[in-house]
Amino acid sequence: MRYIPHTDADVAQMLRIIGASSVEELFSHIPAQLRLKKPLDIEALDEVSLMTHLGQLGARSTPATGATVREGAALSFLGAGLIPHHVPVAVDMMLQRAEWYTSYTPYQPEVAQGTLQAVFEYQTLVSELFGPPVTPGQAAPYVSNASMYDGASATAEAVLMARRITGRSAVVACGAIHPQYLGTLHCYLDGIDSEGRGAIKTVGFGADGRVDLTALATLLAELGSTVACVLVQSPNYLGVLQDVSAVRALAQKAGALTVVACPEPLAFGLVKSPGSQGADIVAGEGIGLASGPSLGGPGVGLFAARSEHVRQIPGRLVGETVDQDGRRGYVLTLATREQHIRREKATSNICTNQGLIALAFAIHLCMLGKSGFRRLAELNLAKSEYLKQRLLGVRGFRLAVSGPTFNEIAVTVRGRAADVALRLREQGIFAGVPLDQPGFELPSLPDAERTLLIATTERHRREDIDHLVTALDEVCP
Amino acid sequence: MTGTSKGLITTRQLLHHEAPIFEQGAPGRSGASLPKLDVPEVSAAALLGDLYRDAAPGLPEVSEVDVTRHFTRLSRWNYAIDIGMYPLGSCTMKYNPKVNERVARMPGFAGLHPAQSEESLQGALELMYRLERALCEISGFARVTLQPAAGAHGELCGLMMIRAYHQSQGRFPRKVLIPDSAHGTNPASVTLNQMECVPVKTSADGILSAETVRAAVAQYPGDIAGLMVTNPSTLGLFEENIAEIAEVVHQAGGLVYMDGANFNALLGKVRPGETGIDVMHINLHKTFTTPHGGGGPGSGPVGVVEKLIPFLPTPTVELADGKYHLLYNRPQSVGRLRSFFGNFGMHVRAYTYIREMGGEGLTQATEMAVLNAVYLRALLHEEYPPASEKPSMHEYVTSDKKIKKETTVQTLDIAKRLMDYGYHPPTVYFPLVLPGALMIEPTETESKETLDEFAAALLSIAKEAHSDPDLVKHAPHQTALRRLDETKAARQPRLRWLPPT
Repeated sequence: MRYIPHTDADVAQMLRIIGASSVEELFSHIPAQLRLKKPLDIEALDEVSLMTHLGQLGARSTPATGATVREGAALSFLGAGLIPHHVPVAVDMMLQRAEWYTSYTPYQPEVAQGTLQAVFEYQTLVSELFGPPVTPGQAAPYVSNASMYDGASATAEAVLMARRITGRSAVVACGAIHPQYLGTLHCYLDGIDSEGRGAIKTVGFGADGRVDLTALATLLAELGSTVACVLVQSPNYLGVLQDVSAVRALAQKAGALTVVACPEPLAFGLVKSPGSQGADIVAGEGIGLASGPSLGGPGVGLFAARSEHVRQIPGRLVGETVDQDGRRGYVLTLATREQHIRREKATSNICTNQGLIALAFAIHLCMLGKSGFRRLAELNLAKSEYLKQRLLGVRGFRLAVSGPTFNEIAVTVRGRAADVALRLREQGIFAGVPLDQPGFELPSLPDAERTLLIATTERHRREDIDHLVTALDEVCP
Repeated sequence: MTGTSKGLITTRQLLHHEAPIFEQGAPGRSGASLPKLDVPEVSAAALLGDLYRDAAPGLPEVSEVDVTRHFTRLSRWNYAIDIGMYPLGSCTMKYNPKVNERVARMPGFAGLHPAQSEESLQGALELMYRLERALCEISGFARVTLQPAAGAHGELCGLMMIRAYHQSQGRFPRKVLIPDSAHGTNPASVTLNQMECVPVKTSADGILSAETVRAAVAQYPGDIAGLMVTNPSTLGLFEENIAEIAEVVHQAGGLVYMDGANFNALLGKVRPGETGIDVMHINLHKTFTTPHGGGGPGSGPVGVVEKLIPFLPTPTVELADGKYHLLYNRPQSVGRLRSFFGNFGMHVRAYTYIREMGGEGLTQATEMAVLNAVYLRALLHEEYPPASEKPSMHEYVTSDKKIKKETTVQTLDIAKRLMDYGYHPPTVYFPLVLPGALMIEPTETESKETLDEFAAALLSIAKEAHSDPDLVKHAPHQTALRRLDETKAARQPRLRWLPPT
């Protein structure tokens, strides 16, 4: 066994020093009735057979690519909470350094400065994306933590944080929120709320795909001073950019916090940050900019909030300090919020988070830099607008909603979206996500069964988009 | 400083002090390689109106070379399992096989989008199905969900299922018994579920007794939701009374949750699902070699006995007529704990490892992990007395009890001094029940020579504590930075880089 170095002689010598006659003796204190009486039934494979077996398993799926169809892969326009971008080769090369991927949570700062400084820089980048701009000489307006599991659980934790801060329990989830984010929120809250599903109220969206503000105002008035937070997503599940300020104005009047979920952080290269629009807590997902889609995980839950709430933030935080010789260094800090110190009084139970993917996110953002990040956002916007114009030229196609979008749009087509998607799959195209697909359905959208959610990014060339539009038109009845 | 035998001496190497990346580069520099725009340019300002962001976010302005050097230099300030022994008790830092990394990056796994149709995901669904079956075989549970993203997420999931089970019986018990030696995540997970912790004391020999549990249960008739137990415990001891304890909890109407952080001590020896445990999470990033990545991603699959299957998160992976499919329609399910299907990349790595090891190899891993810990105990017990007279399993838990009594040196100093000898320190000051705890978990991937050298280092430190206590108390001396001021960090939190005024 190549990962186990013990020779028979080693074992014999070690047993002699221990004073045991056999390895089996080391387990003799386990009561016999609890012992497994037969060997585990799993066959071992050498590396050659292992690679063959896994290669065969891998070949039984069709990878999604952004470029033109190639053998065995599909040209993909799938998004719906995971919009894959091109991640530079240098990012994954860096992740494969053993000092990054084979280290543990930085409990001992003297031998973990690499991870600690990288997290500090990650926190800075996330604060820049989601928070208001920094004023020189002023305290940081926003702080980010070291990462959460994913966008959906980060959103649920953001809502729990809002409940702790306000001491209130009702939650108003507004507009087109990713069904899996909403599902996760229900999972976190339904069991603990004696009111059951009652604790989460929802408000719909208008023809523009944005939150129905009149309905929100009415609901907030009804609920009075029980609302902990108003939750809104931007870009939302239909790809529409939400005017967070308008939602925030109503939330603030009700004494509620504003929580914003952001599954596509690239939008904030061109769009005012949620923090600038008054958001109190922002939760997002970085997978699309960090690593391959990998069936949706591992990704990275982004989490930032106004600095005044720092002691209610879940998860780890890295802070700057000095060593005993006065040199700048970094440590895990404000740990009195955390489970290993506070136990049942902690702000969350989170321990291991998504460190390596957070690192990938940070490295990519550094490579893009100030100008590259903005230009990448412009490319995405332009491709999506091009697709939008092309689709509007197709007979019987229309945009499901009319609001401003970033790089994903919802298009209502002729016929059932699932049938259309199936036909295109046969041509090697993943055309988009039908909004009645299990796990991805948005029943509150009229004509959801005829609507496809289509994401375009810098990976799609004009000819790929043209190819999609032509194919869609051809297969629709 | 000098070492005392082969391998004990750390060496110095060129290390660059590295300023935050925000202090590097030059305006206008970029490491981006972006495609030319082949569709009409659009005016973002016109399209976005009031939402348009005037100024780009404050990202650095550096080239790819700058970024590569920066992160390469930073990486060299990290200790890692590929550099040396990393005996963090309970964290199980064992070697991370390289083949796992290659497999997880195959396009047939890394390139899959979660919104693809089931037909286009057959290989991935089969892998998840096979991993679930393998984990069932190893753990003795009826089904396993792969959805939780880490151990603590698995705890949350397990407790949710326990509550859902009780509610399906029309009961709403709220108390969860938790031994004082438990991981902090256990009580925190209970609170996150708005249930209440009832602390239970371990006996003088370090394990739980059925009597203590019986007494605790008796205080809350009809209100016991369950018990959370770690086995082997955080003291590295097998909970010998687990079957009787489980019976006590079951008779009180409760269910038994096992924190599987230390499951690596039981492979092929004990199947928790056959010892009265109802729910257990498994850390793929501990027992099954998926890398820790400096703080994640982890993966925390949860196994359950038959009666809890209806409550598993949705979707589950099912096999029917030779096709794998996702089952969403599960009316009693607790729902979903996150988006998509869990940390799939970690599932691929863990499955690869399990198939390489096979049943026999996994059993051998457990045997050698226990042998290594017990061997270290034999080498160290005089200077570093064991937490309990009971036999150790996969980790040797000791403390500064003797050294602190005889000298002014304590656990933190010992930990820091170990760095000078070239090792990552063990877990310290945990479990809380043992003052000055040192939790040493060597894992099966360390050789006898490494263990001998590590033990020699600890014994040498014990001598230094007497002969030159200041040397130990001011350690580390060989690291790039000396001890860091954690008080300052907490008093004046600086949690992001700020431009100079």
